[in-house]
Amino acid sequence: MKFGIIVFPGSNCDHDCYHAVKHVFGCEAEYVWHKETALAGFDCVILPGGFSYGDYLRTGAIARSSPVMSEVVAFAKRGGLVLGICNGFQILAEAGLLPGVLMRNRALKFICAPAHLRVENNSTVFTSAYSAGQVIDVPIAHADGNYFADADTLKRLEDGGRVVFRYSTVDGKVTIDANPNGSLSNIAAIVNEAGNVMGTMPHPERACEQALGSTGGRGVFESILKGFAGT
Amino acid sequence: MTITEKTIKDHGLSLAEYDEIKKVMAREPNLLELGIFSAMWSEHCSYKSSRRHLKNFPTKGKAVLQGPGENAGIVDIGGGLACAFKMESHNHPSFIEPYQGAATGVGGILRDIFTMGARPIAVLDSLRFGAPDNPRTKYLVSGVVAGIAGYGNCIGVPTVGGEVSFNSSYDGNCLVNVMTAGLVRKDRIFKGIAAGVGNPVIYVGSRTGRDGIHGAVMASDVFGDGGEERRPTVQVGDPFAEKLLLEACLELYTTDYVIGIQDMGAAGLTSSSVEMASRGNVGIEIDADKVPRREDGMTAYELMLSESQERMLMVVAKGKEAAVNEIFAKWDLECSVIGRVTGDKMVTIIEDGKVGACIPVTALTDGAPVYDRPSARPAWQDSVNTLDIDSIKLPANYNETLKQLVGSLNIASKEWVYRQYDYMVRTDTVTCPGSDAAVVRIKGTDKALAMTVDCNSRYCYLDPARGGAMAVAEAARNLVVSGAKPLALTDCLNFGNPERSEVMWQLKEAILGISEACRVLGVPVIGGNVSLYNETSGVSIYPTPTIGMVGLIDGLANHRTQWFAAEGDVIAVIGHGAPSIAGSEYLKVMHGLERGVLPEIDLAKEKRLLDACMAAIKAGIIVSAHDISDGGLAPALAESCFNPGGAIGAVIDVIGASERPDEFLFGESSGRIIVSVRPDDLEKLKTVTALFDVPCEAIGRTGGGSLVINGLIDMPVAGLKEAWAFAFGRYLGEMAAG
Repeated sequence: MKFGIIVFPGSNCDHDCYHAVKHVFGCEAEYVWHKETALAGFDCVILPGGFSYGDYLRTGAIARSSPVMSEVVAFAKRGGLVLGICNGFQILAEAGLLPGVLMRNRALKFICAPAHLRVENNSTVFTSAYSAGQVIDVPIAHADGNYFADADTLKRLEDGGRVVFRYSTVDGKVTIDANPNGSLSNIAAIVNEAGNVMGTMPHPERACEQALGSTGGRGVFESILKGFAGT
Repeated sequence: MTITEKTIKDHGLSLAEYDEIKKVMAREPNLLELGIFSAMWSEHCSYKSSRRHLKNFPTKGKAVLQGPGENAGIVDIGGGLACAFKMESHNHPSFIEPYQGAATGVGGILRDIFTMGARPIAVLDSLRFGAPDNPRTKYLVSGVVAGIAGYGNCIGVPTVGGEVSFNSSYDGNCLVNVMTAGLVRKDRIFKGIAAGVGNPVIYVGSRTGRDGIHGAVMASDVFGDGGEERRPTVQVGDPFAEKLLLEACLELYTTDYVIGIQDMGAAGLTSSSVEMASRGNVGIEIDADKVPRREDGMTAYELMLSESQERMLMVVAKGKEAAVNEIFAKWDLECSVIGRVTGDKMVTIIEDGKVGACIPVTALTDGAPVYDRPSARPAWQDSVNTLDIDSIKLPANYNETLKQLVGSLNIASKEWVYRQYDYMVRTDTVTCPGSDAAVVRIKGTDKALAMTVDCNSRYCYLDPARGGAMAVAEAARNLVVSGAKPLALTDCLNFGNPERSEVMWQLKEAILGISEACRVLGVPVIGGNVSLYNETSGVSIYPTPTIGMVGLIDGLANHRTQWFAAEGDVIAVIGHGAPSIAGSEYLKVMHGLERGVLPEIDLAKEKRLLDACMAAIKAGIIVSAHDISDGGLAPALAESCFNPGGAIGAVIDVIGASERPDEFLFGESSGRIIVSVRPDDLEKLKTVTALFDVPCEAIGRTGGGSLVINGLIDMPVAGLKEAWAFAFGRYLGEMAAG
């Protein structure tokens, strides 16, 4: 299975994603410069975290206009797997591949911290290696992770089981105190209607090795690999 | 225009220095030349007050690949890899405009690292602010932390550690010292050198603006019509531009086009071009008309002295200009040929097609004045070194005192600060902020680097030599307890006005103390900076020689943290220091005093302690290790209980503890480490420490939910942790969470 990792000017988790898929999971991986216009040969495309275009104007707002993005949209329409992490999630939201917006954190500050997430839906291609209701530790590091959507959109997300991770306490309770950034309904990650595009504010690539303190993010990559092996 | 006495003064030069300039030029300089001299002869660039004393530092060692004099020092870490690191101050700008001052401090030191060919892998910050109740302090704390976060997070270099402390001596001058470490292949190190007559000089990065032009020299009468807008002297950072510059430079380093490269930091284009020419023993010609600029009408004077950020200067092999340009164009960066290397050993500036300045390079570098400024032990020193210990009342309630100490801002958790920093990006941070040293692994190897920044400026105020030595020893202990062998250090020497004899005495003494510690502990100085004139309305800061140290962990399994890891382990103190409340945090927090004679530091014993601790960690005997520093034994034990993965209590019973319980619990001394070992390993620990002639005393066991010490203290760990964890957030008017 081959991963493409998009590099926008200002991406800074591109190396981390590459390391995770290539060295931790032993997959093929290649960087894709944002000026590229083809995504042939890739099975999964990752939009990594960082500060594409310095987050100037609005997070993800300029990156969505990068040349590669029209191909990312087409790739997703063809059913290709797209994983947006942190700034990648923000770009996917700006590009319209995922609904809603990521607003400034409730406390108006950047937050880097470990976070507990409850797996809300383990039937997606990104979460099938987890058990339903499992609580995983995956860190967050963002200034704009406060998910918001209008009531209709939220209802569609909830009804469709498209909220995949929610911020929770260590024993899986979804509470206000467990919500680090003010996200609507403690939403940490969602998928699109077809289930092949996921956006997550927590960083699974930072939680793949015990040496770094947590392996809670491994399941995301294991799920993708499992799904690919099954096709 | 003619140079008047006022012009000279406005440029921060003395009349004697001006006479010296006329002598080396054999004529009157013009304004552009005067500006260039004033920048290069400034304290910041020339180290004129400190240079002769800095020579005392030992700078050589087996691992040293690059000592002081380059943009950063470099140490060999084996396997063909090397670590470049350096610390720099950005004190004055941060006090004026905390967000941009701190942000550009980060940006500047990052450039110093990647200009050496290294990819920056970690940032640490040593921050000092005025008294917590000073009306400006909260504003400065919030702004500085946000500025560091804003720059470091965006560029994607993790901020992995540091220190934050408060003292009223910083009311008028906060300190922002930023250290960066980078990783470079030993055979791909680049230097700031100009070579090869005829080779092009290339400018890359942001355009030059009128920001940060040297000091307040831009009196409007100097620049014509009087309508010139005065720009702030603090620069504005653009971390996105620097991220592009970083990636483009690293890409360029994979080619053989670059001869030498240097960032444009303080004194901008002037210092970068002069220093490159000086190192290469050549001349350099800059055509000011070709310098990319933000606005029309900028003079050569402004272009040469601007401190606009995110700019680099390089000399490349002739004929490779187009290839270099192609790499930068990929990253949407502008690059321009603005000059050439010459053989005449002159720095020549062309303005409007004519020679606007022509100065011998050596006159600006080696020819800069070096002062042996008078120094004298301050008259007040004896008085602050007295302490009538019998007048210090013992605490009525030791539990309450401990709680107050761990909740005091200098000891309390700094999570409020570091959770604003992305300390995990690059997925190498093995030990996150909060333990004695940050540990960053090196992918593709079984190695890691440990890093720390340390200084107790109260110690340096009471005894600058001993305080300086103690800062080095503490940094070394912080690395060793983390499992790392100290390799080298960088320093930021923050002091007051060197034209005062007492400040010069403090500086000299601190340098001597640091040098002695470096020699005995075997840790050379490979770079750093000096920040003087940290003085407001006649009040100097406490002498603050901040030490940044890097150590190597060979075998990732050998890294340790300060936290107790299991119930039932034996707790021991290894080391020799006799605790004293003189100059302690306890004396300050509980009694409002900063005085006394510091306990002695025996460097030979310190060295043996480091070696013993290292040997015991390598032998797998030590489970956790924590340096005893600010606050003494009881707060250090509490910190070891606060394991982020789950708190663990401890029961301590020390036989023959000091008659003064406050001295035993809260007294400070150099040279003591708390370790925890499995019960079966205590004898092995004693054997190892005995080999190094280091005392080792078992003092208790881990376990339970409370910290219990000698019938003096019995506190639930949860309550102590609460006081410690949220003090900082409460001070700033918010809880740490959220």
